[in-house]
Amino acid sequence: MLAYLARRLLQSVAVTFVVLSLVFVAGRILGDPVRLVVGIEASEERVQRVREQLNLNQPLGQQYANFIGDALSLQFGTSFWQKVPALPRVLERIPATLTLTAAALALALPLGITLGALSALRPWSRIDRVTNVISLGGVSIVEFWLALMLILIFPVRLGWFKTSGYGGIEYFVLPALTLCYKPLGRIAQITRSAMLDELAKPYVKAARARGLAERRVVFVHALKNAAVPVLTISGDELAALLNGAIIVETVFGWPGIGRLTIQALERRDLPMVEATVFVVAIFIIVTNLLVDMAYTWLNPRIRFSAAGDA
Amino acid sequence: MTTDAVTRLDSASEAPRKVGIGLIMRRLLRDPVAVFSLIVLTLLLIALLAAGQVAPYDPLRQNLRLRNLPPGTPSVEEGGFPHILGTDELGRDLLSRLIHGARVSLAVGLGSALLSGTAGTALGILAGYYGGRLDDLIMRLVDLQMSFPFLLLALLVLYALGPGFLNVILVLALVRWMVYARVARGLTLAMRSSPFIDAARVTGNSDLRIIRRHLLPNLASPLVILFTLEIAALILGEAALSYLGFGVQKPEPSWGLMIEAGKSYVSTAWWLTTFPGLAIFLTALSLNLLAASLRAISDPVQRERWLNAGLRERP
Repeated sequence: MLAYLARRLLQSVAVTFVVLSLVFVAGRILGDPVRLVVGIEASEERVQRVREQLNLNQPLGQQYANFIGDALSLQFGTSFWQKVPALPRVLERIPATLTLTAAALALALPLGITLGALSALRPWSRIDRVTNVISLGGVSIVEFWLALMLILIFPVRLGWFKTSGYGGIEYFVLPALTLCYKPLGRIAQITRSAMLDELAKPYVKAARARGLAERRVVFVHALKNAAVPVLTISGDELAALLNGAIIVETVFGWPGIGRLTIQALERRDLPMVEATVFVVAIFIIVTNLLVDMAYTWLNPRIRFSAAGDA
Repeated sequence: MTTDAVTRLDSASEAPRKVGIGLIMRRLLRDPVAVFSLIVLTLLLIALLAAGQVAPYDPLRQNLRLRNLPPGTPSVEEGGFPHILGTDELGRDLLSRLIHGARVSLAVGLGSALLSGTAGTALGILAGYYGGRLDDLIMRLVDLQMSFPFLLLALLVLYALGPGFLNVILVLALVRWMVYARVARGLTLAMRSSPFIDAARVTGNSDLRIIRRHLLPNLASPLVILFTLEIAALILGEAALSYLGFGVQKPEPSWGLMIEAGKSYVSTAWWLTTFPGLAIFLTALSLNLLAASLRAISDPVQRERWLNAGLRERP
């Protein structure tokens, strides 16, 4: 178990390295970072000055070594836009993103699992069809449009909630609702197919034969096993959730990492871009490690084989 | 074996009905949901091929006196086509812009799906067929990309390359190839050690020939379904990138861009955001529904049920 986690941790370090290299390539090799910063119209003299300021006149290998070294010591330089060290500014934004994504998941998980389980109990029933429509709608909708439609209905027509900003619950409802829709549909779909598989297995029949209440059979025995495939995809799901967060935060002016990323990209603020991507990567790695641990805990077959495996 | 036994075997193997394209089309047309998605997709195809002929107005012609006219406003020109969906913040006909926007969306969706599909399938087959280090390397990359939000990746590359139509196609292909690679590898891996591949190898076929003649045909139907789903995902991706300002640029009529432009008028001119979003939604929904029908057709067990089913049963 420990060996397994250690190996995963090592992999994560490799992943961070790859992501950092990618940022380096995107920021400094594909485009001229100085031109990105000062714009195309700037004078040659100004370009030269900025290039020296940013140590961009060194050879690429040297730049790369510096970049990785700085990143490892958590130095991303000063933001061009806010004139302060970039990393603390990014870290400040974590709570906002965390609350939003956590709230969306807190809505999507129980609702999605319940809907999925109910439709697996009665395939092709009305509730199954409704669930299917909900999940198909989820994969077919863009969050920014859903957000604007919600704004059109609630704040504009009914005067409920706030359209943008950060603060109390009235700012919070619409972004969380918008963000939870896609994962809700997908979770419902995965739960449905996992539950259908589980309910067909002999142990369910055995539990029923022993006279256990149907509710217990379905919601305790089968659902616990169905949770494994749901967790398996949650790594990909997290990536999808962050995709959504980038958009939702931008639409609602929610001061999270997603919005900061867009602002940094718009302002061509290279240090800030590098810092946000780094933080997002670390965030993903930590969450995936936690999911892995939950997964091993839920699934004894992995729990016992992992040690020998590693 | 006697000739008698051979003929009996032959006639027995002929029992399942032949499933040709004709039968599938006939069955699709009996299914209201499939008909709906086929209609939407046909309209889109028309828009893709003949936007200039179908659209009643020039999508780029501005007229500031006709700003934000509500849907159904008659044309100011004598005998002109009414603005069924209204006009936008610069007085351009919304319907015409939607039709031309369909062209952008579909071109990006199809283009990047073809690019990523080809590259992803090739890499997936290589990984599954040869295994070993190559497999390790490719799959690590797949896992890495899977766990990273593709929008962020696309934004990063677009930040370096600059926005624009062709760059969007390229970037979207770059961030979605792994979806195909994962599926193609899984299927190849499952088939690699099956008897018919062994037989092909024993009879002296080259690897390339085995992959082309024996593996690919078996991968085709799941990959076509995935392709359909991916077009939808890529259209949504293009819309998001354009909405955020990193995709297709003004004044090109991209649906995502139109929503972005209309959002300041959400309380005064609801049609500016509602219709483009509806267009995205209906397009993606139709593709997803079509993929569901295709999935039912491609699975022999489900197909029989689906072909025999009354109109009520959906796959």
